Amino acid sequence: MYTQGKVFRYPDNVDTDVIIPARYLNTPDANELALHCMEDIDAEFVHKVAKGDVIVAGWNFGCGSSREHAPLVIKTCGTGCVIAKSFARIFYRNAINIGLPILECEQAAQEIGAGDEVKVDFDTGIITDVTTGKTYQAQPFPPFIQNIIRCGGLLKSLKEGEQHG
Amino acid sequence: MGMTMTQKILAAHAGLDSVTAGQLIHAKLDIVLGNDITTPVAVNEFRKAGFDKVFDKDRVAIVLDHFVPNKDIKAAEQSKTCRQFACEHCVSHFYDVGKMGIEHALLPEQGVVTAGDCIIGADSHTCTYGALGAFSTGVGSTDMAAGMATGTAWFKVPSAIRFHLTGRLPANCSGKDVILTIIGMIGVDGALYKSMEFTGDGAHALSMDDRLCICNMAIEAGAKNGIFPVDDVTLAYLNGRSERPPVVYQADEDAEYEKTVEIDLASIVPTVACPHLPENTRSAAQLHDIRVDQVVIGSCTNGRMEDMQAAYEILNGKHIAPGVRCIIIPATMQILRECVQRGWYTAFIDAGAVVSTPTCGPCLGGYMGILAAGERCIATTNRNFVGRMGHVDSEVYLASPHTAAASALAGYITEYREA
Repeated sequence: MYTQGKVFRYPDNVDTDVIIPARYLNTPDANELALHCMEDIDAEFVHKVAKGDVIVAGWNFGCGSSREHAPLVIKTCGTGCVIAKSFARIFYRNAINIGLPILECEQAAQEIGAGDEVKVDFDTGIITDVTTGKTYQAQPFPPFIQNIIRCGGLLKSLKEGEQHG
Repeated sequence: MGMTMTQKILAAHAGLDSVTAGQLIHAKLDIVLGNDITTPVAVNEFRKAGFDKVFDKDRVAIVLDHFVPNKDIKAAEQSKTCRQFACEHCVSHFYDVGKMGIEHALLPEQGVVTAGDCIIGADSHTCTYGALGAFSTGVGSTDMAAGMATGTAWFKVPSAIRFHLTGRLPANCSGKDVILTIIGMIGVDGALYKSMEFTGDGAHALSMDDRLCICNMAIEAGAKNGIFPVDDVTLAYLNGRSERPPVVYQADEDAEYEKTVEIDLASIVPTVACPHLPENTRSAAQLHDIRVDQVVIGSCTNGRMEDMQAAYEILNGKHIAPGVRCIIIPATMQILRECVQRGWYTAFIDAGAVVSTPTCGPCLGGYMGILAAGERCIATTNRNFVGRMGHVDSEVYLASPHTAAASALAGYITEYREA
């Protein structure tokens, strides 16, 4: 599995309030929520993002609230992957649980430029900046998490476990 | 090698003799929590995955607190989804309007959570219950759904930072100043994926309300959980309140900590986190030139009895500054009732403040105190991110109830100084 698209760059400590402001959280509808993705940090994002595009950010991406709406709107917008130097822990969990690919890679997050064309291979964790030709190796997921991803999310992996267990 | 207090609780709930940092485990859950924003998403996931019953109707807690009494039709629909699910599954800890309070003030108050518990909640401030000596952490809605279905969750066992507290707090400081000082020292990801374990004679000298406030904001340093040792203060608080018998876990003497941070509580000063990160801390004394339009005293961080008391003692017989709007929100109905009974509501109103029923409302920019462009608020809440309380060009300064109340009287940010 892979994604390929252009890069949107954001700084350190992108919080869940700018990813999806709480004033919109009066609905659980992902399509409606996605219209406001990144609104308070980059109002143009939802108009520019195309399927497969990649968010590249600094340290502690997704800090703040536990709202699963945050990874959900990023995924629903069509974003193929988020690469960051680090992720806040609840966002990290939520992204895995809902099937939004995320990768921790300090060097890639440091060097990849806004607007670059990037290809990300989720099986190998190899990130290729097509624009510059440079490649990066992201931290691989532990097998336990790989299984959740392979099953298509936490609940599906639990159901599968029930059948086999 | 010894285990930290958090590791001890996790090992016991995973049925293991010992665990080490980094280990992936499956642990049994004592309580699974959700609110009116996160539960509807969990209910969808729960149903979509084909689960038809919760693992234990007495171990699921659903609290309507973010947008209630409902702020609009959509919020009402979300509450309705929670209400129907709670009814369908006979969820015994379901708290609707009239009974509800802000979840992290309510569950300890009602004895739903206790020492030794392993708790997940689909709200990031679920880490609050570490004050009771529980392992408690925030998760998302899918984890909540899985927890409701199976009564278990997966965890990566965290390493820990120890905060060794000594001395006693000055009279105009509280737990809020301690945790803001710590976040200022280590940063908003200073404890990422880790436990924050509070020890020392200074920790034992802190009141339960201070401990709840400190653990509440562990997430603001990126932590998985915050935790205090169980002592006489804890047991006195739990006695007659806790639905289940508390279980006491202690860190091993040879427990391994990534580092120990020494803090003399006597050196703490009234502290304020400036926009737009909780780590941007200054002493209140440095911020006298910052005028405020609004003051909010409340939230899961500071809406408890001692917080109301601080507000009362400072505002009683005085009047808030012209042009300042002061909103006071007791965190639970029991606290509200107590404030009314003691005559504090009259004092708040006479001081020119407005008082609300319990709600998370303004803290997350939901309702009940939204800021316009260019407006500035000093709040006892927990986050001051861009747009957190309203317009993207508004500003939130985080502070203790003492500092917020004193600032309401002054019209600018100031520490409280006893007359």
